[in-house]
Amino acid sequence: MPSDPEDDYIPWIQQFCELFGHDYFVPVAQEFIEDDFNLTGLSSQVPYYREALYTILDYQVETAEDHPDEKAILNGSHSNNNTKTELPNKALLARSAELLYGLIHARYIISKPGLTAMASKFERNEFGSCPRYFCDGMHLIPVGSTDMAGQETVRLYCPCCNDIYIPSSSRYLNIDGAFFGTTFPGLLVKMFPEIENQCRIRINKFNQNDFGLKLFGFKINELSASGPRMKWLKMHPKSSEEKDEYNNCEYSIPLDEVSTGDESDMDDNGEDLDDDDKTMASE
Amino acid sequence: MATEEYVTDSSSDFTEYWIDLFLGIKGNEYFCDVDDEYIRDRFNLTGLNQEVSKLPTLIDIITDLVDIESQPEEHRDTLEHNARILYGLIHARYILTSRGLNKMFEKYRNGDFGYCPRVHCQLHPLLPIGLNDQPRLNSVKLYCAKCEDLFNPKSARHSVIDGAYFGTSFPAMFFQNFPQVIPIHSKETYVPKVFGFKLHEYSKLNRWRELQRIKLEKRLVKNGVQISNVVGGFVTDPVEDHPQELEQSASRQ
Ligand SMILES: [Zn+2]
Ligand SMILES: [Zn+2]
Repeated sequence: MPSDPEDDYIPWIQQFCELFGHDYFVPVAQEFIEDDFNLTGLSSQVPYYREALYTILDYQVETAEDHPDEKAILNGSHSNNNTKTELPNKALLARSAELLYGLIHARYIISKPGLTAMASKFERNEFGSCPRYFCDGMHLIPVGSTDMAGQETVRLYCPCCNDIYIPSSSRYLNIDGAFFGTTFPGLLVKMFPEIENQCRIRINKFNQNDFGLKLFGFKINELSASGPRMKWLKMHPKSSEEKDEYNNCEYSIPLDEVSTGDESDMDDNGEDLDDDDKTMASE
Repeated sequence: MATEEYVTDSSSDFTEYWIDLFLGIKGNEYFCDVDDEYIRDRFNLTGLNQEVSKLPTLIDIITDLVDIESQPEEHRDTLEHNARILYGLIHARYILTSRGLNKMFEKYRNGDFGYCPRVHCQLHPLLPIGLNDQPRLNSVKLYCAKCEDLFNPKSARHSVIDGAYFGTSFPAMFFQNFPQVIPIHSKETYVPKVFGFKLHEYSKLNRWRELQRIKLEKRLVKNGVQISNVVGGFVTDPVEDHPQELEQSASRQ
């Protein structure tokens, strides 16, 4: 039970979520944190786990500062045999509480209530829009490139171009990606099919648009070093041949077709270079 | 377009050049300064009288032969507005010349146009590009040569600038002139994972895209084009043979 009776008291979780640059986070429901099952394995990842947990839940926690006579632990390098008499200092405890909250947050947002809360933030465009012109303002989804804390900062996933971006504001550049995790965007997209619909509309809108560098209206030939070499990265199958080929990619890349079928290879070339009259050969 | 940022103190003896003032306006960081001689050479301005009226007066304003304060007060805002449009349209032509390209190259190296936000592009510097050469159709976009994609400028100030002030040909011309800064492309892609398993449809699409790239690589090699770890080519591992990803295998990156 929260032990702080003051009127102006703000719960720890609310304070955390209101910090500068913390606006990607949702408040984790108290019940979720109080269910031990959800915290399995976290105690070994967070120093002063118990104290950190109490801090998050707004219990009174004693710190080294409350006992000035006793030896305070100053830095993160604490030994494994820390006994109950060793108390964390305030800064250390604050860091542990943030780490623990972040790791719980990553689990919460892939639970049903957390996913729903994040979906509302996604809908309100609180994670920003895809910077790619052809994604036409598609909303982004925070993602971690790893689930290990302290490795990489948060990235933003665009379900439309299926790529990841660096947040445009520097305020997010020290937010740990593991606090969102690797699973969240995939799960969000699967649970809310409307997102894939929004993407499909955008992809269809721009799929006819064949962007490539031009010089005075002439496309640069792909044999030129500055010619198109990355079209594949954002391509979608259009023609029926491409769709067949796409269906052959169900479980693996049909490489044998590429290496043996020189003739059909040539046909593909012909199609790609169809606009020869509009192509400028450049050295 | 209001001119609040452009108010010159007429009581002062100190006069600033019109172009310097223009370049100093917040949001105009993408522009380089165009030489007076280029602006005064009427050959370079062919056709621009169809885009703005009073072309000769505007040229005199831009090149500081005429002080805008000497013009009737009711015309000043329009003149200033048109002078900026004219400067932009001349700019689009100038940056295709050798002097203009060199100035833009310096800006590119300074990162004045920003960096690609795509994680796999590793902060590759961007170049401004127009989707049209006609003014008033589209705002300026940014081109990343590493992923060959277009991005919206981050800042609202930049996203209202007319793309025609940079034009459709600029990046192509830039890389023809400075082939040494054509990047080596990365083959890295992203596939969303759930509990370590790649989502099937996304993996399938990625495989198809990889196939398109492999076909491109074959075409290039067949035509004698070097592609391994050279400009315009791809970053290639020394021992690479298109490893087939195991479907639904937990990735160990
Ligand atoms: Zn996108
Ligand atoms: Zn890029």
